[in-house]
Amino acid sequence: MTQSLLEKAQDDGLATHVVQADFTRALMDAGQQVPAGLVDQNGVAAGRRFDVYRNNVAVSLTEAMHSAFPVVAKLLGKENMDGLAGLFLRAHPPTTPLMMFYGAEFPAFLKGIAQLNHLGYLGDVARLELALRHAYHAADATPIAAEALGALPTDALLAATVTLAPAVQLLRSSWPVHAIWRFNTDDGAAKPLGEAQAVLITRPEFDPIPQVLSPAEAEWIQALIEGLSIGEALERAGAIEADFDLGNPLTLLLQGGALTGLNQKG
Amino acid sequence: MLDTAAFKSLPNAPGVGYKAQHFAQIMEHPDPVQWLEVHAENYMGDGGRPLAQLRHLAERFAMSVHGVGLSIGGEGPLDLEHLARLKHLVSWLNPASFSEHLAWSTHDSHFYNDLLPLPYTKATLGRISDHIDQLQEAIGRPILLENPSSYLAFAESTWSEPEFLAEISNRTGCGLLLDVNNVFVSATNLDFSPQGYIDAFALEKVGEIHLGGHDEDQDEQGRPLLIDSHGHEVVDPVWALLDYTLERSGPKPVLIEWDNDVPEWPVLAAEAERAAFALDNLPQTVAVPA
Repeated sequence: MTQSLLEKAQDDGLATHVVQADFTRALMDAGQQVPAGLVDQNGVAAGRRFDVYRNNVAVSLTEAMHSAFPVVAKLLGKENMDGLAGLFLRAHPPTTPLMMFYGAEFPAFLKGIAQLNHLGYLGDVARLELALRHAYHAADATPIAAEALGALPTDALLAATVTLAPAVQLLRSSWPVHAIWRFNTDDGAAKPLGEAQAVLITRPEFDPIPQVLSPAEAEWIQALIEGLSIGEALERAGAIEADFDLGNPLTLLLQGGALTGLNQKG
Repeated sequence: MLDTAAFKSLPNAPGVGYKAQHFAQIMEHPDPVQWLEVHAENYMGDGGRPLAQLRHLAERFAMSVHGVGLSIGGEGPLDLEHLARLKHLVSWLNPASFSEHLAWSTHDSHFYNDLLPLPYTKATLGRISDHIDQLQEAIGRPILLENPSSYLAFAESTWSEPEFLAEISNRTGCGLLLDVNNVFVSATNLDFSPQGYIDAFALEKVGEIHLGGHDEDQDEQGRPLLIDSHGHEVVDPVWALLDYTLERSGPKPVLIEWDNDVPEWPVLAAEAERAAFALDNLPQTVAVPA
């Protein structure tokens, strides 16, 4: 088959060498001509057969966006999400074969779309979904026992820094991002109110859990992430809320298996 | 390090492409499935459930790792970071088999998440053979290279696909993965005999057979255009082509791939049962390679 196909195509001037730059340009832009040299079984220019590849790429990346950002997709509706994914995948094709991390630029991309200005929270919902995915695939780590904290004298505890599990994520939003996420993933959840929310994600075993933090609690954990001591972090949180109590955020970290090291100075 | 030394090669028995939603049923009622295949790129996170499940599966089943992202047929050099990820996965999992595709998916740092076609010429033969040498060197073992589904042809090609694959195998020492559904899809789309393709294929190099479902469409002239979708049951003509192949190759590890609209476990297990029947009912006269 091949030899006669080649001869016929050569007679027709079709035996051009197809370079992958031309192939990908036509692949991502249906307005571009199918590269010469791609043929059917009779040696005739390929035409619609090339659309199979165009379709495979667009559909597979669109589906990847739907599974990566299910709540954004639900908020937008399927048709709108399909349309936005189609724009996004052409502006930001994947740069690695790790589809589990595809879509890192999606939050910023959403914020840049003028027609979505009335849904200002979409970008932060996308950030939350990305953070949940990163937490899901983060490295495993063994948490320390709660007793390790109690075993230290107060001075030493305040001077200590902590190591947090790789799955820990902190996200601060000027929108009720957790409530919006929850309302769209849990049938019984309350309707979101218009307040800013910070979210802590921990992964006790395999399933990431997002929980709301107060502004001061978020500041305390942010300071720990930056490597400040527990005491220094308390001062930062105290500047936001005078009678800040670390009881609740510390419990969230311990229950979430998020504290993996307690590092004493000296 | 896992103790997977028992699984030096895939058994000549049915396997399935592993889907996370089937984890519990596979661990409880795997019959007749004896081995599993996973896509390498789905297990390149740092931890969490996917890797924990993979460790559990590997203690129980012979595993095959199937790469879908290295872009062996790419014009550019192989992605060294991705090569290192593959090396890491193969090194800790120690699977019975590693396979990749005669295709490309990355160009100019962009990954297109599809298996794209290439011409079969002296130039591409050299480039692909070099890439396979580099891959086999990195992971420390021979790979299996899979035949693609084709929707069009390259006028510049000077080799037939079976000859091209056989020559790559001769040059690099790699084995071949024969996807019988891909043969049927390509044969329909490009109007050649699927049995003739099997006759021309280096069956002695085949380390694994794939089967999957395809979709039916038409080109602009109303001719059939089959699309490799892995979205439903294997059709009867493809089962017949499996019988034709096994009669000539002898028993092989046979995998069912079902990646889209994934069914409940019993439906997939029934497909594996049909593969088991095909393997159990080979004519006695088959010359089994030593």
